[in-house]
Amino acid sequence: MHSTTCAAALAALALFSVLPAVPAAAQQDTAQQKGVHIGLTYQPGTKPGVVVLPVAGPWGDSVQAMVARDLDYSDRIEIIGGTGTDASAVVEQASASTTPNYGLWKTLGAAAVVAANMTATGVHVVLHDVNAGRVAQSADFTLSETPGTESWRMAVHGVSDEIERWITGTRGIAQTRILYVRGGHIYVIDSDGAGSRAITLTGGTALSPAWSPDGRYLTYSQLHAQGWRIMIGDLVTGTVRQVARGGLNETPTFSPDGKLLVYAHGGENGTDLMVTNVTGSGTPRPLTAGRGRINIQPSFSPDGRRLVFTSDRIGHNEVYIMDADGSNAAPLTTYQFGDQNYRSDPAWSPDGLQVAFQARMDGEFQIMTITLRDRSVTQRTSEGRNEEPSWAPDGRHLVFTSTRSGAKQLWVLDVESGRERQLTHSGASRLPAWSGRLGGTP
Amino acid sequence: MNRTTRVAPAMLVVLATAAVVACGKKQPPPPPAPAPGPNQDSIAAARARQDSIARAEQARQDSIARAERARQDSIARAAAATAQAKRVIAQPIYFAFDSDVLSDSAQASLDQKLAVLNANSGLQLRVEGNTDARGSDEYNLALGQRRAAAAKRYLTQHGVDDSRITIISYGEERPAAQGADESAYAQNRRDEFSITAGGDQLTAPPSP
Repeated sequence: MHSTTCAAALAALALFSVLPAVPAAAQQDTAQQKGVHIGLTYQPGTKPGVVVLPVAGPWGDSVQAMVARDLDYSDRIEIIGGTGTDASAVVEQASASTTPNYGLWKTLGAAAVVAANMTATGVHVVLHDVNAGRVAQSADFTLSETPGTESWRMAVHGVSDEIERWITGTRGIAQTRILYVRGGHIYVIDSDGAGSRAITLTGGTALSPAWSPDGRYLTYSQLHAQGWRIMIGDLVTGTVRQVARGGLNETPTFSPDGKLLVYAHGGENGTDLMVTNVTGSGTPRPLTAGRGRINIQPSFSPDGRRLVFTSDRIGHNEVYIMDADGSNAAPLTTYQFGDQNYRSDPAWSPDGLQVAFQARMDGEFQIMTITLRDRSVTQRTSEGRNEEPSWAPDGRHLVFTSTRSGAKQLWVLDVESGRERQLTHSGASRLPAWSGRLGGTP
Repeated sequence: MNRTTRVAPAMLVVLATAAVVACGKKQPPPPPAPAPGPNQDSIAAARARQDSIARAEQARQDSIARAERARQDSIARAAAATAQAKRVIAQPIYFAFDSDVLSDSAQASLDQKLAVLNANSGLQLRVEGNTDARGSDEYNLALGQRRAAAAKRYLTQHGVDDSRITIISYGEERPAAQGADESAYAQNRRDEFSITAGGDQLTAPPSP
């Protein structure tokens, strides 16, 4: 195994390497039963209204804005009284009162109110249950980093995600990041669209980044003089090492336990899926026997027991499913005889229930999902060319590439509500990969 | 009576002027003195000898010039042969959409490359597979690999040693033409060929 320490990479990666090492610790100061929440569970079509009050103290404005935006982007909560809304003045007025005005908040349609203030070590957050007229939760969150830095922002996102868990029973996805490719370089961006920056890696054009389950490593394919290699970068130490070389090696993915790497290897007789240890020990083993055909883009089921992937073994691309040892391969997507379209780029949802993929429809790609239970297919996009879906850890948000605004950009879609937002705005961005939850303490 | 005395004075002036003008011009060489010897044969022999020397000298000069011209021609021919061979090698081959099938024109181009490879046993190539921007980026990497492999397979099946050809795919990452129309797409669906070793001086393949 080759192991290369890259000082430049270290410097760049150190910027966001603190997350796994220093989790944003949420120390809850009220005795509460884990998993008990205030019963405002998301119901389809009805989102609980939540007011986020102004936050007193240095950087309080930023914290209020970030938390309100994170809760809004969750698509599970309706923010009431946000800046620019009719209710904002009322909220402003109500927040001046030292005693909670539950009646007023109820009138505004709020089910919960977030009241917070900055402390010496971070932020103190109180969640009011408006209907019950009492405090439902409160906690002190440590924001040890310098305010405004990437790691400080991620710690604030962690606060948002915990508040979301208090309200809905499910932790949010604000404290996540998305890897993507821009101009042949790997970039990372926070889930709210802030903090986009290049990850400095030595070598040529890099494609197809993917996260390790714990968010500490990324794997990707990189062009060298002799072909494309599979690399693993350590975001904490900044070291980069090579896992596979020789010919074409692309579309790597970690197994859910983080121990295996599955990738596509192309030689002179087709491209096949291979499995190897992330340590690089042992000999890579083929999972498919392409016989000149193409097998690429593996994606694990959450339990690690099966894989979906793209293959053109019948003459055009379809999505296939097989056991993780390569046995029992069968088509997942189907086509009608004479169908000129095809399907590829599968991504297994974190809840295991469905697979997102892209389908070529009348010359353009669109994002689709297919359920594993009954194989029902739903088209998720229609405007522009939409490709390369990747799931958020909540299993309901997808990040994908779209040309609807011109050059390829990353967009986020909530498959439950259909709400979309643009994540990147400059350059041409592609091949997104959404991380798992980073550094949080659920 | 002396004729001179009958020349008019004006005529004398003209003659004098003419004489002065004539004296300003280069005098024609005096006629060769009559050979002192009476033997005409020896004179001819001497001339023949001198002519022979001159001819030999001329022949020597001509020979040198011819050799120099030949050398220059040879260099030019070698350079032309190398350039021609490189042009043949560098000619891309093109593919249909989503296909790695070698068309007739692609095979004809590969046949020409084959002749160059056969005439230059030290020549080594890299085949670089490329695709248009349609299809997914990652699929296109695999498709480019298959296109490069198709060209290599054709060459090795026609006798080129496997070790002389390497392949690489650039997928859609290195387009030859920008743009999102069929013209650009067609120019981008290609194999390019670059010389990795043995390309400094190439022999032209024998004419068919």
